[in-house]
Amino acid sequence: MIRFTLNDKPAQVDVPGDMPLLWVLRDELDLTGTKFGCGKALCGACTVHLNDQPVRACVLPVSMAAGARVTTIEGLKTRAGKAVQAAWEKLDVAQCGYCQSGQVMAATALLSHNAKPTDADIDAAMGGLICRCGTYGRIRAAIHAAARALA
Amino acid sequence: MTNTPLQPERRIFLKAGAGLTLGMYIAPLSALASAPAQDFAPNAFVRVDPDGTVTVISKHIELGQGAFTGMATLIAEEMDADWNRIRIEAAPADRTRFTNLHLGSQGTGGSTSLANAYLQMRQAGATARAMLVAAAAAKWGIPATELKVAKGEVSDAGGRHKAGFGELAALAAQQPVPAKAELKRPEQFIFIGKKVPRKDSHAKSTGTAQYTQDVKLPGMLTAVVARPPRFGARVRSFDADRARGIKGVVGVVQAGDVVAVLGTGFWPAKQGRDLLQVEWDESQAVRVSSDTLMNQYRDLARAPGLKARADGDVDTALPALVRTVEATYDFPYLAHATMEPMNCVVRLSPGLCETWYGAQGHTTDQDALAAYLGLPPAQVRINTLYAGGSFGRRGNPKSDYVLEAAAIARAWAMQHEGQATVKLVWTREDDMQAGHYRPMYHHRLAGGVDASGKPVAWKQHVVGQSVVSTMPQYAMFVKGGIDPTTVEGSANLPYAIPHLRVEATTTDPGIPIQPWRSVGATHNAFATEVFLDELAVLGGQDPVSLRRELLAQHPRHRGVLELVAQQAGWEKPLARGKPGERRGRGIAVHESFHSYVAQVAEVTVKADGGFRVDRVVCAVDCGLAVNPDIVRAQMEGGIAYGLSAALYGEVTLKDGRVEQDNFDNYRVLRMAEMPAIEVHIVPSAEAPSGVGEPGTPVIAPALANALFAATGQRLRTLPLRSATLQPA
Ligand code: FES
Ligand code: FES
Repeated sequence: MIRFTLNDKPAQVDVPGDMPLLWVLRDELDLTGTKFGCGKALCGACTVHLNDQPVRACVLPVSMAAGARVTTIEGLKTRAGKAVQAAWEKLDVAQCGYCQSGQVMAATALLSHNAKPTDADIDAAMGGLICRCGTYGRIRAAIHAAARALA
Repeated sequence: MTNTPLQPERRIFLKAGAGLTLGMYIAPLSALASAPAQDFAPNAFVRVDPDGTVTVISKHIELGQGAFTGMATLIAEEMDADWNRIRIEAAPADRTRFTNLHLGSQGTGGSTSLANAYLQMRQAGATARAMLVAAAAAKWGIPATELKVAKGEVSDAGGRHKAGFGELAALAAQQPVPAKAELKRPEQFIFIGKKVPRKDSHAKSTGTAQYTQDVKLPGMLTAVVARPPRFGARVRSFDADRARGIKGVVGVVQAGDVVAVLGTGFWPAKQGRDLLQVEWDESQAVRVSSDTLMNQYRDLARAPGLKARADGDVDTALPALVRTVEATYDFPYLAHATMEPMNCVVRLSPGLCETWYGAQGHTTDQDALAAYLGLPPAQVRINTLYAGGSFGRRGNPKSDYVLEAAAIARAWAMQHEGQATVKLVWTREDDMQAGHYRPMYHHRLAGGVDASGKPVAWKQHVVGQSVVSTMPQYAMFVKGGIDPTTVEGSANLPYAIPHLRVEATTTDPGIPIQPWRSVGATHNAFATEVFLDELAVLGGQDPVSLRRELLAQHPRHRGVLELVAQQAGWEKPLARGKPGERRGRGIAVHESFHSYVAQVAEVTVKADGGFRVDRVVCAVDCGLAVNPDIVRAQMEGGIAYGLSAALYGEVTLKDGRVEQDNFDNYRVLRMAEMPAIEVHIVPSAEAPSGVGEPGTPVIAPALANALFAATGQRLRTLPLRSATLQPA
């Protein structure tokens, strides 16, 4: 049995320890907001927070989450998270939307650690995430807008 | 592709309680139930609930392009509905009600959604409004002409009466359907032409939007498949003992050319799949390699092809010119690489097939499933979910992944009393290697300029696979053996060049292909716009001035040309780069799907030959821009998609094997590479045309022309990265 804190609530699963956290969340715990895009830490669609740090859930064995705090898009309740989502909606960032859970999680992690990110900070923090719809310009604008709203 | 608009079907207005809608949500039983009798459903596209909610039924899938918001905007406009009380459902497959009036079948593609639905949805909204007003008139005993509607409420001029749409719904359902409800005049528009917020933004910013990947039904199994290593390979035998040993693996079935491992979730199924031992029969397998194939295309391009256009006498004119240039352009296979890999949920029970997925060609898929399963089409139900991108992939004329899911479900059902609920999930590797690519092409051009530097001769030969040949439903578009998509943009080259010939040769190397965002324009725009740049250089002409002159008869091309040149500051020199950096800008203009796009790309080339795209200025004429912000978003996204292909996009085959499988070896654009993009929309009262595709094909030629301006080096092979620029 592997136990961790999921979105501020205790969670436990009886699965092999090498099962990626992504599939534990999606298939065992029915939290489908976190997406599968590549399975190899190449696209960022599966980004969640592990102890407030962004991680790629598709390659994180669930055993590594034991005892840790996991936050998914469903449990994003921080001020930074709400500001990011509000900016995303205001600027109509999403197109197909499939990458956006990961983008929102990565952007929230960035703003939680860096209140006023520069464009270079954004490039570094978001560089591991792909958006095939090409919403990068709006993502950048929304991160700046969220930073302003949080200031 | 040329779309032949069909006459709008005779309006089929169903009265209330027709049970029109299958839900976006996973509620299969309730979704089939009839709408409650108090609802008001004057036609197939709109329903008003007693609580005042207006439900728009979208015949077009939402795959990122904004179709849901677009359909809702048209209906809300004519209803004078309250935007905040509108929700949207995806229409089921039903060709009697939901046919795309430009395609002739139910589906989304060819950038036709708004264009074909523009009057149809407005008429649907106007009809609903007229019946709601008639209901209020009857209720209050006031002539309908004295009533007004705003934000989902009907009221009288004197301010004594007021009622929301919900209150009036039951009474409205009893009013006669007007033969023709009057539409607003453009100056009355309150939503059309304005920035209306997207209806899907909230769900997509909070992780609540439902995609195929997210479907969970009772008893559902997840299937992960072992796919043939080469196109045309077959399963000879397989050993699933080790796969079956994985906890959570429930079964293994062969379904056509794949072997599927069924599990309680993705992870066990994937582990089981990885442990399968499949022996493939490759006697019929395709074993082509990209480089040998391109060599064949080069040879074919030197021989005569079928004539797609012949003006003047290029064979006499060209040799007589003093200044001539020849060029060839090479284009690789491209994967769509949607963010959500292909997937499909199928539930079979005796006599019934239900599906849940991002259906883009509803009736094509419905017919294919019905034929495969031996069911009447009405017994194949399609529940359309949000698609995590398509770019042409989900509108697949062969219904490949849909039929694969059905085959797996059928194999399972045969062992389980006719019942199966299966979610087929492709991994990224499956998705990238399964074919259905934008074809490889080779273009061979020759041309020349007269003494004044004006292009007067142009000879072009396009070699490659026919996209339309994969789409029997569009076979009627093939004229004289020529697939119009092979030469679209070239055969209708807008430039006034007196001696012009365009030829095509169709190949068939056995690689599955399919439309890819902007189809024929993906390569024709590059070949024609780069070659025109080459002719401009040859004749010592400014690329904008030359286009202006040659486009005298094409006002809409010229309109975007002038706008982009003005906004990009073409008349002023480009700001210099840092020491050692070379800068340049290039322009390209192209019409596709009746929308006109011009782009100026600005690049900086570093001393070592590496480059970045700094800024792209884009002008678009798509007729009336129903939602200018979505137009801008589609141009931004189209440019990013085109830039991914221009910089990196390349699927290569070696001895029949696809060499790319994930985003490490099929690179796509990332945040730091995204240029600053400015989009300018030409004000227009013309009928709206599409914007999902036309932004994509223009960026690659604009970029190649900019790199030439910066370095004097002409890159003619895509992706551009593979031809490294010389250091300064
Ligand atoms: S799915 Fe995890 S990074 Fe792509
Ligand atoms: S919005 Fe479609 S992949 Fe990002």
